[in-house]
Amino acid sequence: MQIHPLGDSALVAELGTKLDTALNTRAIALAENLKKRRDVRQTLAAYASVTVHFDPDQVTLAALAAAIKRLAAKRTPVAEPGRLHRIPVVYDGEDMEDVAAALGLEVQRVIELHTRPIYRVFLVGFVPGWAYLGPLPEELELPRRPSPRTAVPAGAVAIAGRQTGIYPWPTPGGWHLIGRTTVRPFLPNSDPPCLFRTGDRVKFFAASA
Amino acid sequence: MTVFTVVQPGLFTTIQDLGRPHAIASGVPTGGVMDRFAHRAGNLLVGNAPGDATLECTVRGPQLAVERDSLVAITGADLDPQLNGSPAPMWTSFLVAAGDRITFEGRRVGARAYIAVAGGIHGERWLGSVSTYVLVGRGGLAGGPLAAGDSISAARDAGGASGPGRELDRHLRPDYGDHTLHAIAGPHAKRLDAGGRRALFGGTFMLSHQSDRMGYRLDGAPVEMPGDELLSFGLAVGSIQVPSGGRPILLMADHHTAGGYPVPAVVASASLPVAAQLAPGDELRFAEVSVETAVEMRSAALKALDTLKV
Repeated sequence: MQIHPLGDSALVAELGTKLDTALNTRAIALAENLKKRRDVRQTLAAYASVTVHFDPDQVTLAALAAAIKRLAAKRTPVAEPGRLHRIPVVYDGEDMEDVAAALGLEVQRVIELHTRPIYRVFLVGFVPGWAYLGPLPEELELPRRPSPRTAVPAGAVAIAGRQTGIYPWPTPGGWHLIGRTTVRPFLPNSDPPCLFRTGDRVKFFAASA
Repeated sequence: MTVFTVVQPGLFTTIQDLGRPHAIASGVPTGGVMDRFAHRAGNLLVGNAPGDATLECTVRGPQLAVERDSLVAITGADLDPQLNGSPAPMWTSFLVAAGDRITFEGRRVGARAYIAVAGGIHGERWLGSVSTYVLVGRGGLAGGPLAAGDSISAARDAGGASGPGRELDRHLRPDYGDHTLHAIAGPHAKRLDAGGRRALFGGTFMLSHQSDRMGYRLDGAPVEMPGDELLSFGLAVGSIQVPSGGRPILLMADHHTAGGYPVPAVVASASLPVAAQLAPGDELRFAEVSVETAVEMRSAALKALDTLKV
């Protein structure tokens, strides 16, 4: 594990550099564990790392880094599987025809492949309510669009690389739009406002328009 | 308990406190005031807790009609504050009376001034903070900047915990005119070769017009950071992100909570108030410091604020 300062009041504990469920599980466990410390203000588990915001009045970066290394060396208890969200999708996205053509697949096959896995929420972040879901089947892997759209509607279901996601609200975006859902991942009046938590599981199913 | 009526809102005036750190799990940035030093100083001068809300006024300040006798303090940028047409003191508590008018004549030094009122400013609470977050339209006054005709209220009765004439010693006030931002080597500092280091720590950057509370896009010599694509990770305020074009982005209060661009350096806590006082067109440079030095600088700033505690 590598620990890097992220300024004088935060650090990044990097458990690995691969998109991997086991690494993500360890990151979530480490983030939860560190939250119990009085000198830790906040933690955020990502794909394979934990960003730790701490109080420099209570602990030095070096002392906290040593404590994190000790914690990470312990065996992670078997994690409970994350909550399962079943998301209905109408697969009529603006890019669906282009995606199928670029992949050399029938639209129906794209739908089958996208609805097959139970995806994992590897990270909630970037913008409010955005959840990075993966891994996407290799057969659906495409680079991002060369130029991002200036406006993607809320509820758009999109793919890029080995990832998929739901746009939480109207925003610019460079992913390929393959469908839409009525599920809103971000509800500002709920607490917490985001439907997804890191470690949750997501299964898409095809719905009619 | 209306304290002010907004006559003119200024360029971008919002209600802010110290933010909502627990919201990052939902992808919501901590947010809050850009210049934490000036905000805290203002609150302490009027006898508030550091976490009470203030008005953050950007570049062109508002015109406020005073509705109720109050103790106030103006800190941060010198936007030439006036009380009934005469210069108002800065970094000093003073009394205003119903019928008075607070105005700002123009930007002299800095970009963001803070108006603290005894009792704190009332705002809509969202996820534990009244900070205005315009992207979601929550917090503050209906989630947006002030508009003409708005009423600004105090959060509670002041209770006379402090009086007028208290001031922050002149030599303890930040030097917003020195645009050197101290920065600590970040997670991907090793990706900088000699040329990249020269560009980042030797060059001068200018804030582009794509600069706001989320972050500042910086124009200057490109900072090359070759390397494999990264998995997204959690970010902190002050992070300097470098996208593939080599044009750095300095992340500010409402920054994206996670991202996958390399971060060669992160601005020290003690330099963030200076960063908060930059506006598009301003120049800045980065100077590398160790974590230990950054922690000492941070402690010195906190000691300056301690002199204001009652």
